[in-house]
Amino acid sequence: MSEMTKTIDLLIIGAGPAGLAAAISAKREGVMDLAVLEREDEQGGILNQCIHNGFGLHRFKEELTGPEYALRDIKEARDLNIPVLCGTTVLSVTRDKKVTAVSRERGIEVFQAKAIILAMGCRERPRGALAIPGSRPSGIFSAGTAQKLVNMAGFMPGRRVVILGSGDIGLIMARRMTLQGAKVLACVELMPYSSGLNRNIVQCLQDYDIPLLLSHTVVDIEGRDRLSAVTVAQVDDNRRPIPGTEQRFECDTLLLSVGLIPENELSLQAGVRLSPLTQGPAVNNLFETNVRGIFACGNELHVHDLVDYVSRESMQAGKAAADYLHGEKAPFLRSQVKDGQGVRGTVPQRLDIPYENITEGVELMFRPDKVYQNHFVTLRTEDEVLLSQKRMILTPGEMAEAKLTPAMLDKVRGKTLTVDITKEKQT
Amino acid sequence: MYDVVVIGAGVIGCAIAHRLAQYQGSVAVVDRANDVSEGASKANSGIVHAGYDAKAGTEKARLNVKGARMMRALCDSLGVPYGQPGALVLGFHEEDRATLEALYQNALVNGVTGCRIIERDEILKMEPNVNPEVLLALDVPASGLVSPYELTHALADSAAENGVDFKLGTTVTALSHNGDHWQLMTDKGILKARAVINCAGAFADVLHNQISTRKVRIIARRGQYYLLDHTVPLLFQRTIFQVPTKMGKGVLVSPTTHGNLLLGPTAEDITDGLDTATTALGLHDVLDKAKLTYPGVNLRQVITTFSGIRAHEQDGDFLIGAVEGAPEGAFEAIGIESPGLSAAPAIGEELGDWVAYSLKMPRNTNYIAPTPLAKPFSGMNETERRLAYENDPDYGRIVCRCEQVTEAEVRRAIRNPVGATSLDGVKRRTRAGMGRCQGGFCSTRVMEILAEELGQPMQHITKQGGKSWLLDGGIAEGADHE
Repeated sequence: MSEMTKTIDLLIIGAGPAGLAAAISAKREGVMDLAVLEREDEQGGILNQCIHNGFGLHRFKEELTGPEYALRDIKEARDLNIPVLCGTTVLSVTRDKKVTAVSRERGIEVFQAKAIILAMGCRERPRGALAIPGSRPSGIFSAGTAQKLVNMAGFMPGRRVVILGSGDIGLIMARRMTLQGAKVLACVELMPYSSGLNRNIVQCLQDYDIPLLLSHTVVDIEGRDRLSAVTVAQVDDNRRPIPGTEQRFECDTLLLSVGLIPENELSLQAGVRLSPLTQGPAVNNLFETNVRGIFACGNELHVHDLVDYVSRESMQAGKAAADYLHGEKAPFLRSQVKDGQGVRGTVPQRLDIPYENITEGVELMFRPDKVYQNHFVTLRTEDEVLLSQKRMILTPGEMAEAKLTPAMLDKVRGKTLTVDITKEKQT
Repeated sequence: MYDVVVIGAGVIGCAIAHRLAQYQGSVAVVDRANDVSEGASKANSGIVHAGYDAKAGTEKARLNVKGARMMRALCDSLGVPYGQPGALVLGFHEEDRATLEALYQNALVNGVTGCRIIERDEILKMEPNVNPEVLLALDVPASGLVSPYELTHALADSAAENGVDFKLGTTVTALSHNGDHWQLMTDKGILKARAVINCAGAFADVLHNQISTRKVRIIARRGQYYLLDHTVPLLFQRTIFQVPTKMGKGVLVSPTTHGNLLLGPTAEDITDGLDTATTALGLHDVLDKAKLTYPGVNLRQVITTFSGIRAHEQDGDFLIGAVEGAPEGAFEAIGIESPGLSAAPAIGEELGDWVAYSLKMPRNTNYIAPTPLAKPFSGMNETERRLAYENDPDYGRIVCRCEQVTEAEVRRAIRNPVGATSLDGVKRRTRAGMGRCQGGFCSTRVMEILAEELGQPMQHITKQGGKSWLLDGGIAEGADHE
């Protein structure tokens, strides 16, 4: 090994809420030799630009802003003496856990880790990925970029705004831009339902009389230098624009909130296999990827709606990494988890179930493929129905959960678990 | 008074300026845009055509083959990435055999070596992602790749380093000769020159017709493209064409020098030479035709769509040399559509020498040979990276995570002789913002660096010059731009 290589037990990539929670949990579980690498100059990740409140209701039972939520973990990590190296970008990760990073302070660094937790978060889908026709002027921003400009840099990206997509950041920015004196003309959503949280639709659009145009999309963009107008049209059931339904909005700004994509370029370098549905790594119930000792959590694993669940999941991943480092893995039998009818992207994708002493259950997280009312979430193996639980509302905008108890896990061992959304209760 | 004013800072204008810099004399390049490479040279296929296609006996064919042969050495001297992966021209029907045979013969006449006709099995062995319904293909091993804007920027920097003036954001509206010298009316005043060279791309006919007895018409021909994320391994090693049509070489599927995959272009004749919009119809058309070559195209990999303008002269050949029927000292390189990029090194050298000769410009004994561009951080190995960091700690800060562009590279792009002054200018010089997130993360930081380097407030930073403002004042202020 080169003398320039530093050995370390656990390396965590990303000091957002996922990376911090994972680091805190691993340290509490006794991992002493660890570090967190963060490319930005500050810890806290995307929470730093989310200055609105509503964070922490589940985890802390109080309503915090993004920076307040982040600060709790930042403080705890500091109290636990966890080294967090900011301004440090990871350039590559190999399958044998060699991590190369670069920073202005220390230059190129190479780490040989025993375990890695991937917590790189996600990125926004850009305009280009949607192939929206029209010109390419300035004034088209992803909602998160606009949020950074307004909340971090203190600049307005524009004054007359149309928002495409009804993801949560887009909804939040509709309100934020309005409060800052901009006119938000409409929020345009391709699907017949919003992909954002219901509370955001009420508090960010309805409270400000901003129309939400469902089953609509942007079909043309005008403006040579700066955006001058967009044309919006209704779409049919196949999401194709319906001629004759066009409305033109004169505006200087188009914000895009059209989906988040887990950032997994590093994971792929390390040989981590991704799920085509979540676009994050396929993991087991310990958040371990197909590469032994490489774990994943947070929005890098699958895009969450609430940071509270990111923290919960990442705590589990941190503990799992600690257990791995301590060599504590009882013999197990692997089971596959399958998306059944109405279900997309269940995490974890597989269950490693020990033969005895199952002490903890497993939360399955997934998204419905459309809106369902008064339907049942059903968990079954080839042989039996384990659970069939009524839900008043299931919508793609809100991640759904189903909990496997230790008793159920005992019955799944070695079998295939299918998650279904069914109209009737299954027995 | 200048010895020479070149109108148009595209790849042709910059190649000529690069050549003229090797002579003693005062040279200026003017362009209406705020940066070089803002017209056809910023958005085309980036193919260095071997020259099998251009009709034998035309200027197009001669300069294409000559330029393509010069390209590697030129790129090496400038430090611009050049690749020569070869190309295939696919035929799907038995009747395409005659067309491909004719192309093969044309290639022989044009002096393009190494071509051969190959059949399905061999094609699929060479390019497993090609549609298995392919029947035969013309294999063109001499076909190459270059980024058109990287080449243009490097040519411009080298010219500027040798004293060529770049007057950007300057629109030439009229050309006249007063019996002694040329006068160029611009929106920024009058320029005087002993010689002018019209390389105004899609707008070249207006100036040409002001001074020539032979009227021409340039048709702006728009081409729309899809750009896909880079993949390892590459989906295609070579540029894949289909049997050409009257409107051009058709839709190609090609890797770029940076490992992205490019699909396109369309060929639409439009009236406004600045209208680089994409259309639903055009993009659909590209996809439809690209699927014939590559049925497995995955739209999830699309990172952007764009369109570019080619300057098509109605008679179809390049017009290069002295302007017919004009007073002495008027030169032009117009109607430079595909394979204009491939021909650019040859056009630059020939026309540059010609103009210098006619003005009796002596050799520039103080000529500074181009400094090859530094290797991008993303392409360095670990040792090179350590060394780069030791020399400049700004190499330690990644600005663009998708393309791994460092702050050192962004700052240098702004400090270059013809430096970036806008977000797009930085993007084309460094690739910051060109990756899969399309600047979502890095654009704020790049704006900050631009503001710092240019000594301007953040609000004055634009996407591409002109009125392409990005910020409308601070959050506590009123609107800046109403």
